[in-house]
Amino acid sequence: MLASLFGRLNWDSIILVKEFEDPDLQLLITSGAAAAIPLGGIFLVLLLWYLKWWKPLLGWLTSVDHKKIGVMYIIFSVVMLFRGVVEAVLMRTNQAVALNGGFLSSDHFNQLFTTHGTNMIFFVAMPFLIGLINVAVPLQIGARDVAFPKLNSISLGLTGAGGFLITISLLIGQFSTGGWTNYPSYTGKLVNPGPGVDYWITAIGLSGIGSTLTGVNFAVTIYKMRTKGMKFMRMPLFTWTALATSILLIFAMPPLTAACVMLGLDRYLDFHFFTNDQGGNLMNFINLFWMFGHPEVYILILPAFGVMSELSSTFAAKRLYGYTSIVAATMCIAVLAFFVWLHHFFTMGQSTTVNAAFGIATLLISIPTGVKIFDWLATLWGGRIRLNTTPVIYLCGFLVLFVLGGFSGIILANPTLDYQVHNSLFLVAHFHNVIIPGTLFGILAGIHYWFPKMFGFRLMESYGKVTAWLWSIGFVITFMPLYPLGLMGMTRRTVDYTDPAYVPLMLVSGAGSLLLGLAFLFLIITFWRSIVNRKQLVTPIGDPWDGRTLEWWTPCPVPEYNFAVLPEVDSRDAFHTAKERGDAYAPIEKYEDIKIPSNTYFGLIIGILGCGLGFGLVWYMWWMAAGSFLAALATIIVYAFLPEREQVIPAEEVRRVDENWRREARETYGVTRDDEITEANKGLARPDVVPG
Amino acid sequence: MLDSYLQLAVAETFLQPTGPIARAQLDHLNYVVILTCIAIVPALVALPLILFRYRRKKAGDRYRPNWDSNLGLEVAMWGLPIVVIFLMAISLWSITQRLDPYEELGKDPLEIKVIGLDWKWVFLYPEEKVAFVDELIVPVGRPVELEMTSDTVMQSLRISALVGQIYAMPAMTTKLNFIASDAGEARGMNTQFTGRGMWRQKFLVHSVPTDEYQQRIEEARQSPITLNEQTYAILAQQGTAEEAKTPLGITVLEGPLETQGTATVVAERDVPVGQGIAMRLPEPKIFQRVLARYKTGVPMTPETQPGSPSYDPAKASLPPLTAVRMEM
Repeated sequence: MLASLFGRLNWDSIILVKEFEDPDLQLLITSGAAAAIPLGGIFLVLLLWYLKWWKPLLGWLTSVDHKKIGVMYIIFSVVMLFRGVVEAVLMRTNQAVALNGGFLSSDHFNQLFTTHGTNMIFFVAMPFLIGLINVAVPLQIGARDVAFPKLNSISLGLTGAGGFLITISLLIGQFSTGGWTNYPSYTGKLVNPGPGVDYWITAIGLSGIGSTLTGVNFAVTIYKMRTKGMKFMRMPLFTWTALATSILLIFAMPPLTAACVMLGLDRYLDFHFFTNDQGGNLMNFINLFWMFGHPEVYILILPAFGVMSELSSTFAAKRLYGYTSIVAATMCIAVLAFFVWLHHFFTMGQSTTVNAAFGIATLLISIPTGVKIFDWLATLWGGRIRLNTTPVIYLCGFLVLFVLGGFSGIILANPTLDYQVHNSLFLVAHFHNVIIPGTLFGILAGIHYWFPKMFGFRLMESYGKVTAWLWSIGFVITFMPLYPLGLMGMTRRTVDYTDPAYVPLMLVSGAGSLLLGLAFLFLIITFWRSIVNRKQLVTPIGDPWDGRTLEWWTPCPVPEYNFAVLPEVDSRDAFHTAKERGDAYAPIEKYEDIKIPSNTYFGLIIGILGCGLGFGLVWYMWWMAAGSFLAALATIIVYAFLPEREQVIPAEEVRRVDENWRREARETYGVTRDDEITEANKGLARPDVVPG
Repeated sequence: MLDSYLQLAVAETFLQPTGPIARAQLDHLNYVVILTCIAIVPALVALPLILFRYRRKKAGDRYRPNWDSNLGLEVAMWGLPIVVIFLMAISLWSITQRLDPYEELGKDPLEIKVIGLDWKWVFLYPEEKVAFVDELIVPVGRPVELEMTSDTVMQSLRISALVGQIYAMPAMTTKLNFIASDAGEARGMNTQFTGRGMWRQKFLVHSVPTDEYQQRIEEARQSPITLNEQTYAILAQQGTAEEAKTPLGITVLEGPLETQGTATVVAERDVPVGQGIAMRLPEPKIFQRVLARYKTGVPMTPETQPGSPSYDPAKASLPPLTAVRMEM
């Protein structure tokens, strides 16, 4: 009876119970983290109850407003980033003292690098970027919402379900130890029968479906929802990169989902796709995984390139140099992304011709990437660069460090050299070198840049700048030592080592990781201090950075319907042109009723049922898995038959809000860029008087 | 004291090559580094200059807000990376073909079969009828061909100072050819994560003169231990070579040799800690039988699959070659 109810779940699966029965230091670290989940949960519930925020919270969770969904993605990512950073610091400090044995057990360390990688890619970097895309893209193209608002909410629900599964694995059972790539046959049923791999499969499977849907949603949004006059070659660069990323998501996520399902079939139903015996072949998993995995790299980096394009032009107060070149380079990268996956396993024994072909394809990607770097430098050239702003620090950090990451990437693209540095810390240094200064800096700069659009006030520059410097310096100290270590032969995923020659550089790297931990702390402090001081930081008129694209042509925070009247576009930097003409805030004659979709429980229900499906599968609680799956199916059918519910905002209400905003903009004096980071910045940019 | 922190204990990197392949790889690395610098140094130098020259306070009449294209510059921006990548692609193509790990490096290479286990390597010398665990002995100057498989999960065998790495995968074979030009010791290891003990899966490669090689082989032929089905089943259990010594009946001498982590079995005599295990190999077909294990048409079970937590050496027998029912 109990077995059919709880499957293979029992008391001992819960980490805290284990620690209670048989305490030791290893478990203490794990269970400390495990305890954080119920304690954090209780704290959250009490806080919500005390603040009476239940209702607004439900309003957010059922919202289909792209801006709110974007903000929820970002908050989710910050929470998951916390776990990722703590894991990183634990691993690096362990390795700093790991000559002949550090303080972490092998099993614990192996779970740490697996969850760190899985978590950072799927539940930090991707939702962060999808969050930014959600916030900015509909505004940039002059749309009221995305093409499929309900689908957007479902994507969020599925991502949340994946995040729930990887998080609950801390408390109940354990996560996979197979690395974020989770190669069989190590992750097959024979070698790893426990729940860890099943957590990986379900978490990645569910969130992968969510990401595919996001790709569909944004591709259609960008194709179909652009405002009048917003031709393709007038789209802001961030929108271009979002389009490229959406296309990549649509084509790259399905192989991953397929690989997850096939591995699941091997494990649950004795199939032999990837097993050692019966004609199974693990190489097929590796191929499928990297057919997703390599485009994934560009899914992560292209939107960051988009952010950097926006920043370089805005903060140099200049048109973007080589718009056409950058667009071409972006699309080149998106296409080439599908032709290089094999470089992740040059060492699998295929012929040298295959290796050389994929090696050269990889080299080709560095051409459009190099062009982009030159284009950003040329954008800064001839500008008036505002060095005292946070986004510029991220931009410069990105330009210097990302180039170095590309440098090591070119080395790795040579199959001959990959035979040596594959699986080494050189590789670890390389991908952190592109993901941190590339993706993460892009994300953090993007959050800083668009924060007023989300919440109506700026982030404090003082803390923002410290945070940006800490991330940059912390990155350099942590990861640069890994390059020589990798060349000296040290492999990745090793809990301990035996060679004293590694010690000095390992100590440096460990110290650097503490700085990265501090950087995360300062990120939180930046948010916290800015929230406390939000009254001084408000930018109600909506254009705090003298922006050039449509999103800045709205008040901060942005009304639910985005634009009172959809703007018409006649040039690339439409808002900038309107400001130059002087009629950006001119009164509008005619307002119309605006229909916006009402809130729906659809996404929330699918998300909760996704948690049930995943958890049921992991623990062999078949009733729960089947019940959740059938209920999800029923929910989809029921919602398909429900009539579309819309909410109408009357023209008079729109007029009242919009006219107030325009009047305020005309009556405010505004600030020049010299006072941009002072309290005087209320979001109205005054044209500069160029000295001399 | 300090020099122990700056010098690697044995050659563990292709930065200190002991064979022509690793030396060619090092040369190629230098070429790639120099060539890439042509494209990236201008960018790295330009950035601080641009930031200084065009900082807001001082940009002045250099400010050109609408400047957004220049044909000559555009050609240079695309041209420079294209030229650099073109040059690199040529050298990438030729060196990749030249350093083919599958290509024999001369006539009559020494053929060694390699089986990857959790967490040790078994090197079979079928012609010499000897085998070594976690010790690879090769004569200087003679080409060597490793043919590899794994009898657990996927592994990757790397010998940095000589050649680099290739995966070893169950039910499949891969090859790695190299030649040692200098006598001495080099480190070999598994670089692919295979679980708890993976970080200790290291071995020494001894490149020795031919006469010394013959002598080592002769010594191995006198070994009291035979590699047969029973001893193989014991080796296939999870654990390092060090941990397999006791069940194989070897006693281990406590010694100052490099410690292999926690696995120090201490007893009166026989072999020092950290030294590999030499064995006689009366039946050289054991490599083929390991491959055959996955092709009999009978599914593996947790008891018969090495690497599984329930692996039981008593139940895991290697099939005869006649049992093969499937071809890959």
